[in-house]
Amino acid sequence: MKTNTFNMQWLLHLVFIVFVAMTLIPLLLVLMISFTDERSLTLNGYSLFPEKFSFDAYTFLFNDSSVILNAYLVTIIVTVIGTTLSLLLCALYAYPLSRKDFPFRTGLTFYVFFTMLFAGGLVPWYLVYTNLLGINNSLLALIVPNLLLSGWNIIIMRTFFTNTIPPELIECAQMDGASEFRIFFQIILKLSLPVLATIGLFTTLAYWNDWWNSLIFISNRDLYSLQYLLNKILMDINVIFNTPGNSNQTKLLTLIPHETVRMAMAVIGIGPIILAYPFFQKYIVQGLTIGAVKG
Amino acid sequence: MNPTTTTLNSNRIVVRKKTFWKNVKKYRALLLMTLPGFVYIFINNYLPMFGIVIAFKDINYALGLWASDWVGLSNFEFLFSTQDAFIITRNTVLYNLVFIVLNTTLAVGVAILINEIRRKFIARLYQSVIIIPSLLSWVIVGYLSYSFLSIEYGFINKLILQPLGFDPISWFSHAKYWPYILVIVNTWKTVGFASVIYLAAIMGINNEYYEAATLDGASRFQQIKSITIPLITPVIVILFILAVGGIFRADFGLFYQVTLNQGAILSTTNVIDTYVYRALLQMGNVGMAAAAGLYQSIIGFFLVLGTNYLVRKVSNDNALF
Repeated sequence: MKTNTFNMQWLLHLVFIVFVAMTLIPLLLVLMISFTDERSLTLNGYSLFPEKFSFDAYTFLFNDSSVILNAYLVTIIVTVIGTTLSLLLCALYAYPLSRKDFPFRTGLTFYVFFTMLFAGGLVPWYLVYTNLLGINNSLLALIVPNLLLSGWNIIIMRTFFTNTIPPELIECAQMDGASEFRIFFQIILKLSLPVLATIGLFTTLAYWNDWWNSLIFISNRDLYSLQYLLNKILMDINVIFNTPGNSNQTKLLTLIPHETVRMAMAVIGIGPIILAYPFFQKYIVQGLTIGAVKG
Repeated sequence: MNPTTTTLNSNRIVVRKKTFWKNVKKYRALLLMTLPGFVYIFINNYLPMFGIVIAFKDINYALGLWASDWVGLSNFEFLFSTQDAFIITRNTVLYNLVFIVLNTTLAVGVAILINEIRRKFIARLYQSVIIIPSLLSWVIVGYLSYSFLSIEYGFINKLILQPLGFDPISWFSHAKYWPYILVIVNTWKTVGFASVIYLAAIMGINNEYYEAATLDGASRFQQIKSITIPLITPVIVILFILAVGGIFRADFGLFYQVTLNQGAILSTTNVIDTYVYRALLQMGNVGMAAAAGLYQSIIGFFLVLGTNYLVRKVSNDNALF
């Protein structure tokens, strides 16, 4: 493509190798700590090249895995339901905004756009969900507040519909007697797989990585999501040891590999994303190109 | 106003009303589609906007929101009479300014450099790796930074300071280190993703410009300066407006997770968002939390309008709205 690129290619590669190393070293460090023997860790501190390897942290976690499994389950349920609902709501709202003949287009677009400029703030938002709707301490509190519909996603989807779906196609379908809903579900959605994949991916990540809704709305241990459990453990490692079921274990506390277990938890939290990354990474870049929009 | 124009006007209103209802009927299917989203946005975004009255009330849960006593501006007086208001405003604005300048410069630089790599396969590989931090939650980033900063075992204390003969530093109890730590961590997490946005913009530039410049004997640096940068300026400007508009809004995760919510370092790590959170959920001071939140929303709103106005004055095409 380039007839004339920068000539000192080795210098570029050097810069990027340093950049890549700086990105990966913290992740590698956490991974290595989780495989370190607790005693050699206490002696030498965290290290990229531990003196002695050990699977103790993982053995411990798998032996007492109910808390983690429960958190995983909560996160998976919330992510699947949330992403599905969110995509549907988003596409349903975005499609009419892309129709040039729809007279309420401008008003409904502004309705979304204004929420990007002004917000009531945390306190009234919190009171709406706790006092008015009373959904705190329920799975709904992890699915509904903030995450269910994002103004950005609506605008991105609307732009995609406007740019890729020819109005003639819709007119043809209307003349053949198809209803608006049929056009939406059978034509529009099928033609929009790239944007659905991209927005679906970003929504999945948002749900998977969310700890904010848990921090604000959840106090029931059974509803801890994975990220919130990780958050609790980071702030206080003893959370995982003091579960009501195994209080007899507290006397064993000193024998438990604290530091390595903490990092093993982090690895368990990052794992799925890194493993799935090669498969979904092309949608991220694609999404950024689709998302190059102007309000 | 004479009677004829009045009737004309009221006729116009009647006509407009009629077409409105006709349109509602004609487009009822499309309207129905927007209904779920409309209701959701109303609950999640518009109801809280009405709730800003809380900032002017002394909330009594027994009486409910509407029956609670009005207290005028006393929540605000209380907020601004403490040192906190100054500290959280200063921290929020200064951190964001540094983040905006640093991230934009680095991200544009990285995007331009990646684009110069001849082997496209390797360029894509670099790109894939530098996006990774943006996929991680702030909780995970909290773990990563803890592995560097932990007092007894941390990478920096054990593997850098100790071999060099320095005393270990207790990072989580000294406020003075945190401006550097937070800037480094934030850069680590956000620059990669931002650079891919700029890279997408650079890839969109028509190759003919470069070919023509090459024929005219322009060097690579001249091409970057006179083609690449001017052509991605609109993207830079849009992201800049949005960032400046959000200058009163801090990334809660960075200031909560990475600092482990430690009290000793609040003077350099407390921002408006963490302050509101602590006031509401840890101290239970609803009125003051709401006052701080409203202060943030209103200034943020005028900042977006203001920046957009300035950009529109300088170059109309680049304005957001």
